Amino acid sequence: MRLAAFAFPLVFFFVPSALAQDSSRAIKRYREMVAEGSPAELFEVEGEALWKKPQGPNKVSLEKCDLGGGPGVLKGAYARLPRYFKDADRVMDLETRLLHCMVTLQGRKRAEAAARVFGSADRPSEMESLSAYIAAQSRGMEMAPGLSHPKEKEAYAMGRALYFYRAGAWDFSCMSCHGEEGKRIRMQDLPVLYKPEHARAVVSTWPAYRVSTSQFITLQWRMNNCYQQMRMPEPDFGSDTTVALIVFLTATGKGEPYRGPGNKR
Amino acid sequence: MKRIFLIAVFVAPSALADPTAQDVQKLMQRDFHARGQAGMDRVVQDALQRLCTESRDNPPAGAAKAIEADQMKTIVFPEGSLIGDWRRGEAIAQNGRGLQWTDKPGDAAGGSCYNCHQLSPREPSFGTIGPSLQRFGKIRGSGPELQKYVYGKIYNAKAYNACSQMPRLGHSGTLTSEQIKDLVGLLLDPASPVNQ
Repeated sequence: MRLAAFAFPLVFFFVPSALAQDSSRAIKRYREMVAEGSPAELFEVEGEALWKKPQGPNKVSLEKCDLGGGPGVLKGAYARLPRYFKDADRVMDLETRLLHCMVTLQGRKRAEAAARVFGSADRPSEMESLSAYIAAQSRGMEMAPGLSHPKEKEAYAMGRALYFYRAGAWDFSCMSCHGEEGKRIRMQDLPVLYKPEHARAVVSTWPAYRVSTSQFITLQWRMNNCYQQMRMPEPDFGSDTTVALIVFLTATGKGEPYRGPGNKR
Repeated sequence: MKRIFLIAVFVAPSALADPTAQDVQKLMQRDFHARGQAGMDRVVQDALQRLCTESRDNPPAGAAKAIEADQMKTIVFPEGSLIGDWRRGEAIAQNGRGLQWTDKPGDAAGGSCYNCHQLSPREPSFGTIGPSLQRFGKIRGSGPELQKYVYGKIYNAKAYNACSQMPRLGHSGTLTSEQIKDLVGLLLDPASPVNQ
């Protein structure tokens, strides 16, 4: 009895603390691994090679592509997207602009260049690797999308209206999942993306490497996949619809230094 | 001069006005394409979706009542007991597939219930957009009126709350009458894990 009384608190004290030590050590190890080298870096390296690789009928690279800061300027380019481009007379996000450069610089057919924009774990897409490479060169820079041109304002207003538009077989809008604080689907927390404090964390970390599917995911992919889950038909890649949503999201979450391409669950 | 000034004042705000639901629909009809079983008819709003969009899910009471009455007419209640097999109901509640362009047409769809609701205590991975339904029948019983309410709510949630975020699972053709009865069983059968 005396022994039991002694042993009981001992067990209680040591077992949980040993467990806690184990798991905190594991978490620490994981954090070190991730800090040493995020898988996103592999995509950045691949993206750099693709940026410099001559392709298409014109056999030129994308190195003269103007992402907003002038031909070939990559530093800080992502942090200033989406924005209005005079040569295309429309607002473009990173992926839409890259597609534009593939067509205008490399002479590729739009259908060919956009045929496989979303890759798989085994075979990432050109667009995903390029996105990783370009986004990485805005690290530490404040997200400041274009919001002054009338077409930028128009895209923002349309993105906002799209966010609230209910349709489809299940009557969903973006609000159906991203409308109320503290809610989740299964175990996944859902950011309320019309609120700056929620949008900032998203805008400053996308595009990103997704651990659960071993894929590099972009914002165009996110829009596409959400509409799939909303039971809607498929939005065209780089359409005014997907760009408007990305404008609305980025404008809502602007002002935070970019710290991606990050890792997602 | 004064007249021109007044016109300018009245015209300017409308040029900056937010796009209407009609504008959004027109853009989506241009920017989307049908894929798999997800046809382009899905971007076109019905009267309920339009009302909920325009009122930000807060329709005037009168309009909401009228929509709910309309939606109630869509529900076909089967005869007899509505309590199906809770085991099959649990599988339907777990299944999040159906009606997406990636889903094979003709494959049985799920109800995606756990995406938003807590149900069986054996399933810790549940969403919180809808209320917890744990012990639903244990608290409320399983009488004919309750069976009818649960069946109707799953068949067409909008008959009870015009701008509910819950899909109209029977009305949209997602779930069959038999599947909905199995879900009623999951919620009301005293032997269901939901009621343990």
